[in-house]
Amino acid sequence: MKPAPFGHVRASTLDQAVETLVAEDGDAKVLAGGQSLVPLLAMRLAQPTTLVDLGGLRELDYIRDEGDHVEIGAMTRSRAVETSPLVATALPLLPAALRHVGHVTIRNRGTLGGSVAHADPAAEAPSVLRALDAEIIATGPGGRRTIAAADFFQGFLFSALEPDEILTAIRIPRQPAGTVVAVEEFARRHGDFALVAVLGAARLDPSGEIAEVRLSVAGAANTPLRADAAERLLTGQAPTPDVIAAAATAVAEATDPAADIHAPAEYRRHLAAVLTRRCLHRLFAHAERSAAA
Amino acid sequence: MSTPTRTGTSVSMTVNGEQVDRHVDPRRTLSDFLRRDCGATGVHLGCEHGVCGACTVLLDGRTARSCCTLAVQAQGADITTVEGMADGAELHPLQEAFWKHHGLQCGFCTPGILLTVQELLADNPDPSDEEIREGISGNICRCTGYQFIVDAVRDAAAVLRGEKATEAE
Repeated sequence: MKPAPFGHVRASTLDQAVETLVAEDGDAKVLAGGQSLVPLLAMRLAQPTTLVDLGGLRELDYIRDEGDHVEIGAMTRSRAVETSPLVATALPLLPAALRHVGHVTIRNRGTLGGSVAHADPAAEAPSVLRALDAEIIATGPGGRRTIAAADFFQGFLFSALEPDEILTAIRIPRQPAGTVVAVEEFARRHGDFALVAVLGAARLDPSGEIAEVRLSVAGAANTPLRADAAERLLTGQAPTPDVIAAAATAVAEATDPAADIHAPAEYRRHLAAVLTRRCLHRLFAHAERSAAA
Repeated sequence: MSTPTRTGTSVSMTVNGEQVDRHVDPRRTLSDFLRRDCGATGVHLGCEHGVCGACTVLLDGRTARSCCTLAVQAQGADITTVEGMADGAELHPLQEAFWKHHGLQCGFCTPGILLTVQELLADNPDPSDEEIREGISGNICRCTGYQFIVDAVRDAAAVLRGEKATEAE
């Protein structure tokens, strides 16, 4: 379990990091917190020639209120995001989901940008970005560009980032006041990767109907899934058990799970329906309580 | 741009209060660096891919898995291993409580658990048993069944809150 040899550049500026990626011509990897990459190196599943270490780029470590958005620098540690009062108020789904990422020790080192760039479909952060219509900012030799979360995640550990681009920030629209959130995750052991997780955010209107709902699913396809068909079924309806059951069926139908040593595809699809039902029941129980308050 | 360093790079950090300056291969993990280059063999290597928690250290006051951190990533950091917990011959109240409650058998997981719990109690000085169990859920122990560990943590928390003296019963 020792990594193969590689070179190391501790970038002192973002330009220097991009220049190194260009010079290494696709054989380099960007190192953020290392909580996904270092195990991959140890198991020799990744053997880059060079690591471009962003650890010295303090300018990528921030959480900024931009009015209708919150912008989070790529090198902000997951634990800092999870415990940020601004994030708790403006993006309550994000800390609720991050609490399921590994353990505190891993979240102390792992970064939001690293998790998103890694594009693991079973990870929580990519699913939050899908649910909340976030934007990913990437910086490459040609400058900055913005990529919608819907276009960013393209396959298993595969994103729209070019080999010479660095994910530098994430912009997430502020959620309206009164938004309630719920995350239902099933894993064999606490802190393990989700077999399946369902993430939801919703608001009820004063009459008790669903004004807005956002749902995403981790671990049920080769990318994080946005459950738009289920969202359409729910919007404008009263959250009755029948409506929730129909939404759970719609979510299961939208999944395209892989079978692996941990679970067969059919089991993951079943879990997606069960967890959607639990997530929605919890969500609307919260919403009714907050409306009554 | 700068040329990648393949053969070695200098790192400086503080390990248990001592300044350490070394030349390391970039692929050297922090755990191997602490064990082999600094003699801190209380850093234990179980799984070497971030699952078992035995290699947990404090990096700038927060826990980190030293097997999932490269030594070069700890440039400039302040590292504490289990060797840095006791004050001379005086055990840390957590160590004292683990001793008193038999919170270990083989002891392999203990250094990682002690440092993890130190952070847990700094964040939450009065955790419930459920919170203690969640707090140590990233540290695998194959001997104790965790019950005595939970007892030790509960007791140490009371001592650290100043509600209880450290003397053995």
